[in-house]
Amino acid sequence: MEKTVNQKAWFLVLPVLVIVAFSAIVPLMTVVNYSVNDTFGNNQFFWVGLEWFEEMVTSERLHDALGRQILFSAIILAIEVPLGIFIALNMPKKGFWGSVVLVLMALPLLIPFNVVGTIWQIFGRVDIGLLGHTLAAFGIDYNYTNDPLDAWITVIVMDVWHWTSLVALLAYAGLQSIPQAYYQAARIDQATRWAIFRYIELPKMQGVLLIAILLRFMDSFMIYTEPFVVTGGGPGNSTTFLSIDLVKMAVGQFDLGPAAAFSIMYFLVILLVSWVFYTVMTNLDREEAR
Amino acid sequence: MARITLQNLAHSYLSHPRGEADFALKQMDHVWDDGGAYALLGSSGCGKTTLLNIISGLLRPSQGRVLFGDRDVTGEETAERNIAQVFQFPVVYDTMTVRDNLAFPLKNRRMDAAYVAGRVQHVARMIGMEDWLDRKAKGLTADAKQKISLGRGMVREDVNAILFDEPLTVIDPHMKWELRTQLKSLHREFGHTMIYVTHDQTEALTFADKVVVMYDGRVVQMGTPEELFEKPAHTFVGYFIGSPGMNLFDARIEGARAHLAGGAVELGRSYGSVAGRTQIGIRPEYAVLTRGEGIPVTIRRVEDVGRHRLVRAEAAGQALSIVVPEGMPVSADLTHVSFAQDRISVYADDWRVEGSAA
Repeated sequence: MEKTVNQKAWFLVLPVLVIVAFSAIVPLMTVVNYSVNDTFGNNQFFWVGLEWFEEMVTSERLHDALGRQILFSAIILAIEVPLGIFIALNMPKKGFWGSVVLVLMALPLLIPFNVVGTIWQIFGRVDIGLLGHTLAAFGIDYNYTNDPLDAWITVIVMDVWHWTSLVALLAYAGLQSIPQAYYQAARIDQATRWAIFRYIELPKMQGVLLIAILLRFMDSFMIYTEPFVVTGGGPGNSTTFLSIDLVKMAVGQFDLGPAAAFSIMYFLVILLVSWVFYTVMTNLDREEAR
Repeated sequence: MARITLQNLAHSYLSHPRGEADFALKQMDHVWDDGGAYALLGSSGCGKTTLLNIISGLLRPSQGRVLFGDRDVTGEETAERNIAQVFQFPVVYDTMTVRDNLAFPLKNRRMDAAYVAGRVQHVARMIGMEDWLDRKAKGLTADAKQKISLGRGMVREDVNAILFDEPLTVIDPHMKWELRTQLKSLHREFGHTMIYVTHDQTEALTFADKVVVMYDGRVVQMGTPEELFEKPAHTFVGYFIGSPGMNLFDARIEGARAHLAGGAVELGRSYGSVAGRTQIGIRPEYAVLTRGEGIPVTIRRVEDVGRHRLVRAEAAGQALSIVVPEGMPVSADLTHVSFAQDRISVYADDWRVEGSAA
């Protein structure tokens, strides 16, 4: 059959193009524009080339924020993934309590980020907060507003409280999909509880766990609202993560050029990590299908 | 190894069964002799798998006891019972190599490493996977995986019994035959009690010395393939065993004579008067087309199935199959069908009734 050539078809793509342009391409290009220019307002731009990028790559401030960010993501992943799996393994598999626990687990995920921040900000206050006050009553010197370690602990516990459910629910879904015959065979083979986890449950959860790790990594790497509400990045710079630093730089100091360069590098890092994950996952899928 | 006795056994998946219909397994007593090769035959949902899982301890029966020899194992875990079981769909440990998969049941029981290695090699040869031992089990085909499952079931020598739950469903036909032969030779070699669940009668009849037929949560008959064929104890056995199954006719029994819609049939033996819903059954192999003897028949269709021909007909208002031996012509003047007298079975409410000499 002859292929019909109809250039009018391009018009059908137009709405999408317009929407994507306004939602993604134009803002991104604006950032690119800022990153290679210096501006003093009034829409006056002076070409500076890659100067901002050089400055950012060598900036100690950015290195510190990146270090804190990596440490934060590593800690919460190291807590949330095993804890989420542990919770999923112990959740009731069906029946009334199964549904109740499922709903309870989903609750933290439904709370808006700034509300989570506010809850923990008040919860941890030594003067009126339930947590802070109780700890003080026990004679524990806890104060997230002037002790960096306390601030870190608060931010991490808050993130674990907020997001472990996500890992648990994904792992739970993975566990539910394992056919009963596997557990029966394991009993016949006299496998220990650990062997069942190691050789049946973990391999079968692999796919969902990778997704959970990817989601938790991306989210934690971009975290802004909750720590900002609780600690504002302090005390000092101790909980200033990448996005908090970025906002300080762009909106606080109005250093649009460096901030734009920073954003682009930030974006590329996340893109790179996501790509690595994607490659790993598709490879696993292909292996599975073989 | 031990004889397996089921006493008063029944099982319901409901926690408060109300009537008999709620039981997946109706109350039964049954003995599996030590070293027997049994096939458990029945249609889907008749309770075969339930029975198997109770024997292996994966399921606790609602009532009754399970004995291995003289030991009551009803409350014992699967591991303590020392039983092997192979499931319908392949279960392999994906992240392990084929070798580790086969060795897993032995390693869990802390067997000596040299013994494990030897056993694994032996079983791998049996299932034809010697060259695959170092591969990851993940990514193998379904029948390779099922062969590994079978291998894992056979790797322990000291088991009390090996249970197979329709293990060859996913296997290629030619491989099926080969594996079945392997299982038979394994049985001869080690003398394990084997119970083989299937709904395929050829599989059951070729594998087993004794076939146990289940229907609706009950064991309806246990016997040699020949007994099941010649003297089905229940109409279900008659219908399920044989290809095609037994012809059944509603009939009124009076002494040594059965009255059908199309006429009377002499039974050769006396049954007195039988109560309930009475039927007579005759295998297609034992019905003969005649020119006037017997009851009137209308031939609908003739099928050539190779070794013989199969006549689909209608007699006494019911469908009927007749096997016609090769060489005998089927012509229009064959208007009646007669039944070999000593091959007729009489059933009251689906259960076989024995007659006395007339």
